[in-house]
Amino acid sequence: MLDVREGPAAELVLRAATVLDPVAGIEGQHDLVVRDGRVAELAAPGAAAVPEGAEVVEAEGLHAFPAFFDPHVHLRTPGHEHKEDVETGTRAAAAGGFCGILAMANTQPPVSTAADVSALREQARAAASVPVGFLATVTKDMRGEELTEMVELREAGAVGFSDDGLPIRSANVMRRALQYQHLCGGNIALHEEEPTLSGDGVMHEGPVSAAVGLAGVPSVSESTMVARDAALARYENARIHVQHLSAAESVEAVAAAKAVGVEISAEASPHHLCLTDEAVRSLDPNRFKMNPPLRAESDRQALIAGLRDGTVECIATDHAPHQPEEKEVPFEQAAMGVTGLETAFAALHTELVLPGVIGLDLLVERLAGGAAPFGIERPTLALHSEANVVLCDLGAEWTVGEDGYESRSQNSWCAGRTLTGRVLMTIAAGQVAYRLRTFSLGVAT
Amino acid sequence: MRHLLSIDDLTREEIEAILDRAESFAEVGRRDIKKVPTLRGRTVVSLFYESSTRTSSSFELAAKRLSADLVSVKAAGSSVEKGESLKDTVATLSAYDPAAIVIRHPYAGAAQMIAGWTPAAVVNAGDGKHEHPSQALLDVYTLRRRLESLEGRRIWIVGDVLHSRVARSNVLAFTRMGAEVTVCGPPTLIPRGIEELGCTVAHSLDGLEEADVVYALRMQTERMSESFVPSLREYAATFQVGSRRLHPRQLLMHPGPVNRGVEISGEAIDSPQSLIAEQVAAGLVVRMAILYELLAGAERSTPVPSDDDGAPAGPTPIGQPA
Repeated sequence: MLDVREGPAAELVLRAATVLDPVAGIEGQHDLVVRDGRVAELAAPGAAAVPEGAEVVEAEGLHAFPAFFDPHVHLRTPGHEHKEDVETGTRAAAAGGFCGILAMANTQPPVSTAADVSALREQARAAASVPVGFLATVTKDMRGEELTEMVELREAGAVGFSDDGLPIRSANVMRRALQYQHLCGGNIALHEEEPTLSGDGVMHEGPVSAAVGLAGVPSVSESTMVARDAALARYENARIHVQHLSAAESVEAVAAAKAVGVEISAEASPHHLCLTDEAVRSLDPNRFKMNPPLRAESDRQALIAGLRDGTVECIATDHAPHQPEEKEVPFEQAAMGVTGLETAFAALHTELVLPGVIGLDLLVERLAGGAAPFGIERPTLALHSEANVVLCDLGAEWTVGEDGYESRSQNSWCAGRTLTGRVLMTIAAGQVAYRLRTFSLGVAT
Repeated sequence: MRHLLSIDDLTREEIEAILDRAESFAEVGRRDIKKVPTLRGRTVVSLFYESSTRTSSSFELAAKRLSADLVSVKAAGSSVEKGESLKDTVATLSAYDPAAIVIRHPYAGAAQMIAGWTPAAVVNAGDGKHEHPSQALLDVYTLRRRLESLEGRRIWIVGDVLHSRVARSNVLAFTRMGAEVTVCGPPTLIPRGIEELGCTVAHSLDGLEEADVVYALRMQTERMSESFVPSLREYAATFQVGSRRLHPRQLLMHPGPVNRGVEISGEAIDSPQSLIAEQVAAGLVVRMAILYELLAGAERSTPVPSDDDGAPAGPTPIGQPA
């Protein structure tokens, strides 16, 4: 159900790369041979024969991982192509090392009909650098009142459902969607927020919001809805995916649901894993205004603990492009969301792996963890599988934004930061999807 | 001092310097001719996105008393109503090469944001619920005249702290000057975590007798419909600062405009312990001092030129990056 622009199958040898796929149990220095777009061989360094016509990449000192999968991207099409579209969004994904993404349905108009899904899939086959799956809305036009034609949407190829951007206010509508899931399948991804508690809040409620005079969104706005929907999923024996977990209370609610056997999965975003509401003291909406908001250090620590113990099985960027005119306004008026595809790996490597907070293997595992909850095969380096490989230079330092962005928008939460670790090349669905320009020219390795 | 955006940016010494300057302008205010030539030939823009009486009139009069040319722009009736962005409005006004832009805006961070878009010095005249630094400075000025020093004084700020930029700036300013601040109000109107600004929290007026100064905040009537308080009547019964609750030695302040009979009783407003009129008078001289410090402050040691002083104080080049 994922679609990508068809291109030539990759034929290459990553010579003497440090290969790491913790799920497949692969770790060590190998020649990684990709033939006809598949992982053909993992040979001793320097030992692999170069197949006819294959490119050789000198990868000694570089790392090869299974490429990443992002279950939460806003491609903004239809309706807001001035922010992003299928072409630019998937280019940004490829530049970040992703071999697959899921696009959210809160477009203008929202993706609510089978025809909408079909049109988007056609666009992806024409323009997508990496495979894209499309979610459809749970409720018609995200109004939260009536269900979309979920069966037809699935038949048209919708990977799953989400009203992301808005919560499903009505518990009864939520329950009906979960009942319908038994008929049509497809995971339901949930933006968890109790609107009456969030009110006109624009940042986490706590000492920082008190100090800067911005209305706060309390943590319980998220966690009470997680608890509600987990209870409904349990009652209906249905499956849910909780998006962009931000609060410690929500991690607890997910863990409690898992403990009683609810089919629930959860994601956390790189910005919630790296930043806290302290960043909002700058009142810079371009980098630090998003929904859910950046929360306290204790929340960040709870998310990291969730990554470690598996309560949070995947990292999702919630890549949300916006144009400058929507961000160059005072904090309360600014659009919510930051871009994250191009920086996810580098930021988490810099902020969590290098200081020893989490291991590289855990990061690699969680960055590809977003596929399985949606019934999509996890990217792997196991022999004979479709080649989904990312090649990284873990020592490369780069300043975000200095060379521009592949995304059409510039509201990166990492803008101006110097990060360590850079994606040099991405192979997605057996095709070369991205090469860092200087790398492909042989300038920097 | 390049801009006045937040009390948090000021040291105690910088606050003292502004207040000392204000004292000297108070002397000017007692002259027959209340105008000094300090800012002659320089332009001050007053840009108000919210209605205001006290703050806009006192900043504008302060600029005029300093002989600056004043451009006064109100959002109502300007291009803002036609949808012009803040950035474009500021770029337009910056084309007049103003020395300072005084801005009042309904959203937090607006003043700080425009400081990045204009070479002018920016004065925050209130940004959303964030800060109102000139109000805090005039309040400290008013208290300093009465109490000599705020060191060790106990100040209670009572009322709707949640929606008050005055409360935030004043907690910062009063504590920086050595006072012990308590904020008091119903839990619905006290922001969670406010203690980290350095104040203590009370939810009842019991204990108010310890205060040297009681600072009442405006209670807006629409708070009732948003369930912050069940009724204004009950609020007044619980939190109104009235004569019966005030000891004669306690001073009473309010940033205005007052809702008589809601946050303060009418008789308390009119009592001799009320500093409300003095606060308004202080507003003018403190705002003159703010403009002076920003635009002519390089010559800190220069006394205020008298009105018969032929040569104006040499203006500092403004608009160059600091």
